[in-house]
Amino acid sequence: MTQFLSAADLRHAIELKAAHPDATLIAGGTDVMVGLNFGHRQESRLIDISRVAELREWSRDGDTVRLGAGVPYTRIVEELGGELPGLARAARTIGSAQIRNRATVGGNLGTASPAGDALPPLLAARASVEVASSRGTRAVPAREFFTGPGRSVLETDEIVTSVRLPVAAGPQQFAKLGPRNAMVIAVASVALTLDPEHRRVGCSAGSAAPTPVAAAEAEEFAAAELDWTGGELPAPVLARFGGLVAGATSPIDDLRGSAGYRRHAVAVLARRTLTWAWQELWRS
Amino acid sequence: MTMTQPLTADGVGASARRPDADAKVRGDFAYSSDLWHDAMAWGATVRSPHPHARVVSVDASAALALPGVHAGLTAADVPGVNRYGLEKRDQPVLAEDVVRYVGEPVAVVAADTPELARRAAGLVEVAYEPLPALTDPERALESPALHEGGNLVRHLRIRRGALARADVVVTGEYEVGMQDQAFLGPESCLAVPAEEGVELYCSTQWLHIDQDQLAGCLALPKEHVRLTLSGVGGAFGGREDLSVQAHACLLALRLGRPVKMSYGREESFAGHVHRHPARMRYEHGATRDGRLLYVKADILLDGGAYASTSAAVTGNAACFATGPYEVPAVEIDCRSVYTNNPPAGAMRGFGAVQVCFGHESQMDKLAAALGMDPVELRLRNAVSTGSTMATGQRVEGPAPVAELLRRVADRPLPPPAADDPRLLPGGTSNSTRADRLVRGVGYGLSVKNICKSAGYDDYGTARVRLFAHEGEAVAEVHTAAAEVGQGLVTVQAQIARTELEVARVTILPADTEVGDAGTSSASRQTWMSGGAVRAACLAVRARLLERAAALLGEPAGALTIGGGAVTSSARSITLAELLAEGDVDETAVFRHRFTEALDPETGQGDAHVAYAFAAHRAVVDVDPELGSVRVVEIACAQDVGRAINPVAVEGQMHGGIAQGLGLAVMEEIRLRDGRILNPSFTDYLIPTTMDMPPTVLDILELPRPDSPYGLTGVGEPPLLSAPAAIAAAIRDAVGPAAAAALDRIPMTPEAVATAVLDA
Ligand SMILES: Cc1cc2nc3c(=O)[nH]c(=O)nc-3n(C[C@H](O)[C@H](O)[C@H](O)COP(=O)(O)OP(=O)(O)OC[C@H]3O[C@@H](n4cnc5c(N)ncnc54)[C@H](O)[C@@H]3O)c2cc1C
Repeated sequence: MTQFLSAADLRHAIELKAAHPDATLIAGGTDVMVGLNFGHRQESRLIDISRVAELREWSRDGDTVRLGAGVPYTRIVEELGGELPGLARAARTIGSAQIRNRATVGGNLGTASPAGDALPPLLAARASVEVASSRGTRAVPAREFFTGPGRSVLETDEIVTSVRLPVAAGPQQFAKLGPRNAMVIAVASVALTLDPEHRRVGCSAGSAAPTPVAAAEAEEFAAAELDWTGGELPAPVLARFGGLVAGATSPIDDLRGSAGYRRHAVAVLARRTLTWAWQELWRS
Repeated sequence: MTMTQPLTADGVGASARRPDADAKVRGDFAYSSDLWHDAMAWGATVRSPHPHARVVSVDASAALALPGVHAGLTAADVPGVNRYGLEKRDQPVLAEDVVRYVGEPVAVVAADTPELARRAAGLVEVAYEPLPALTDPERALESPALHEGGNLVRHLRIRRGALARADVVVTGEYEVGMQDQAFLGPESCLAVPAEEGVELYCSTQWLHIDQDQLAGCLALPKEHVRLTLSGVGGAFGGREDLSVQAHACLLALRLGRPVKMSYGREESFAGHVHRHPARMRYEHGATRDGRLLYVKADILLDGGAYASTSAAVTGNAACFATGPYEVPAVEIDCRSVYTNNPPAGAMRGFGAVQVCFGHESQMDKLAAALGMDPVELRLRNAVSTGSTMATGQRVEGPAPVAELLRRVADRPLPPPAADDPRLLPGGTSNSTRADRLVRGVGYGLSVKNICKSAGYDDYGTARVRLFAHEGEAVAEVHTAAAEVGQGLVTVQAQIARTELEVARVTILPADTEVGDAGTSSASRQTWMSGGAVRAACLAVRARLLERAAALLGEPAGALTIGGGAVTSSARSITLAELLAEGDVDETAVFRHRFTEALDPETGQGDAHVAYAFAAHRAVVDVDPELGSVRVVEIACAQDVGRAINPVAVEGQMHGGIAQGLGLAVMEEIRLRDGRILNPSFTDYLIPTTMDMPPTVLDILELPRPDSPYGLTGVGEPPLLSAPAAIAAAIRDAVGPAAAAALDRIPMTPEAVATAVLDA
């Protein structure tokens, strides 16, 4: 039998997690319940955090958005398309309407799947993940949050409370490839951000390594090579950029796609997202 | 075309509404997984983790030690013959000394709750000694025999005419992956011990063949195994073989307590047969002006671990290997073999789907070699009434193949892709833009037999009782025919309304208390059980007229039935009055015409009752760099003889197209060493609303001379050539160089992108 504990507020959630570090948090439940139904996980204890109001809010503080870990994707799509277009685009690709109504970024971080679609936008935007426990709070750069498939720096008594992201300083793109036109796990995905004022590029790939990966070399290359005064995007720059992003990945062959195809797809999606973002930048 | 007006409201030809429509839409409909008995225990199955192994021992003591666990049964507990099977009883209810596929049932347990039953199943200790697994069908014939008599299930040869020298020859090798029926209601049933024997409530396609097999396994006389159909959540061939039925009956009889069994999705993948994976080698020879001279085909079907319906599927794949074309000479070899892969068996299209991908791929290749339009090439060779098929059988009845193709080809093409992401490959995943796409158009033509073939004595039985209730005549129809979602219950009532001209018709639940209806497959049930209902109604009519004749003192021939009364030139008497002296109750058996077995040497013979034809045109947008595909539109034209219920016919066409689209671009059970790698809807992908395109349907009604109301079965044709047409459209989009490598369905994005990259 599974014990079900319902947290009334954030303090209560933190207390429960401290008292039961082996318990599993359940937010939208769209990963937890699948695991339970398949018998892949046998939880002795669930801590429901879906009623914790603090986690279900987002706020804007100057150039930063603080996004509660429990804000469902539907609200991200509907409310944050202006501030966080990259994450909102990614949220739109997740599951079906029913899933988006329940599922949360906190859950995506908790599951820490390399295929988590909300994750590349966090890496590309250089977001930081805020974590709380009875011992206090800390902020972890999204790029340092993951340690392997299904693994992160989260300690057993910790809860993700929110994610801090800079308000988009320019165009943001997210593109995902899957073998079906909806409701599909990514074979590869790419998130890209442009910050023309600071001449910065953010780029991250999903489903192509044990964790979502930032393509640091590609980011620096593009930042240096792009003509930030409004020039064309030269084909060799695009090609090299795609190659560098693909080079940042380390995919494996699995049921959903071969390593070669994933790497190819990452390169294609990197070129496309950069092209579309660049077009958007100079259209406006 | 004849479109007779229905005589009675909601009679034959009307789009009468399904009686279960509202309940299904609201989610109130009770499927077999909803069956309940307050006293019931739950069964669970212990399955082999090995593709091939000797079973050394089975020990259920740890499971039985759990409080609330009541039984753990093995092969030794099967009271009758521990074998079942549709063609050959070669499959054990519970494995004896050997297991032959991953997922083969070895033991069953029963406990108070489903969770406990599953836990108990996990505690049953089975010692295996793994044996070498045969998982490559190409190696089956040279490998050690998995069954007595060797690994060949069936080899059908068809030989006709002499292979002439051809101006143009094209060859090709094609492959079709293993498709799952993916019915949404997994296997489930409830077995209730009775004073004598057992009562079983289950979802199946054919109650009487289940009963027959169960009686043998349980060592009970058939009449002590009584089956009632419960709510069936789709079938598509996957419910022809037994799954939970025998296990639940064994447990219920052992415990003297009702037992329910219900699979989850993952177990369901192991619980039923799948579509045969096929490897096909073709050679087509034609004249320079595009007349087929000969077709050579060599087809290998992976039958998996047990025979199921492999022999009949082999027959179909061979008979339809050349498609709906006139071919003077054929040399066809079709083999099905045993392997240690999951058993393959019936699935909508039954062998004709696989070869359709083969022959249609060849027709496109031939058209390209001839520099001819693929539609024109098909028109030039299409069969028509009076043509001879590969088996030497003359096509009787309507065969409007050319007309069907012209109809889909003449449709205006949909507008080019626009930048609405929902309509692009990848949907809202934002992976492409309209300017990165290439469009393609492809065609498919198909033929398949309707009803059972090759000498099988097939029939349907119906009982119709007419009685008076509150001054009104009511007809009660009773058959054992399985309503699997296709709308048979609606059609049976429509027929009774039309024949008896009564407004009120009750359809009794299907059970084995009435005679055999045959299977709800082979697109046969409206023809066969519909025919039986009609025959029973006609018998009831005749009896009514006799009664009226006696009462009115006029010859029966001078009387007519209508408007709730029997009328002569002078007088009239209501049906209710006529029925006052007693109900009229008639049972009729309906048979189709006789067919013959194929000659074992030449494969010649009049083996089929009837042929049905369909044509598809697919329009697709392909993102060649990523390989992703969006099917933009499917046009389908089909001759149905007579649309007994036009909306139901459209439903069959929509569903068939969706299932064909799935096979074309995404649906495949992936195996490694005989193990299913993707037994879930996370990784076994079926089309969503974002994948299913608008359809353009064209229903022809050319009545057959030899069927009730002139109808032709409609269930399978709309699937048959959908995959072939979609595959052809993808090839058309990517161009000839890449197309050459696209010889396998499903054509996944990775396969398409790789073909484009390598071209
Ligand atoms: C049909 C279907 C389709 C899907 N499609 C997609 C898709 O397209 N893309 C995609 O990325 N995912 C998809 N998913 C997976 C899932 O919806 C996402 O991972 C989602 O973000 C999980 O959020 P949740 O709130 O439901 O998490 P839950 O299931 O509640 O939790 C997931 C994990 O995170 C932990 N957790 C939850 N909240 C916190 C927190 N605040 N702090 C720390 N740990 C926490 C839980 O303990 C658990 O381990 C799909 C799932 C389903 C069932």
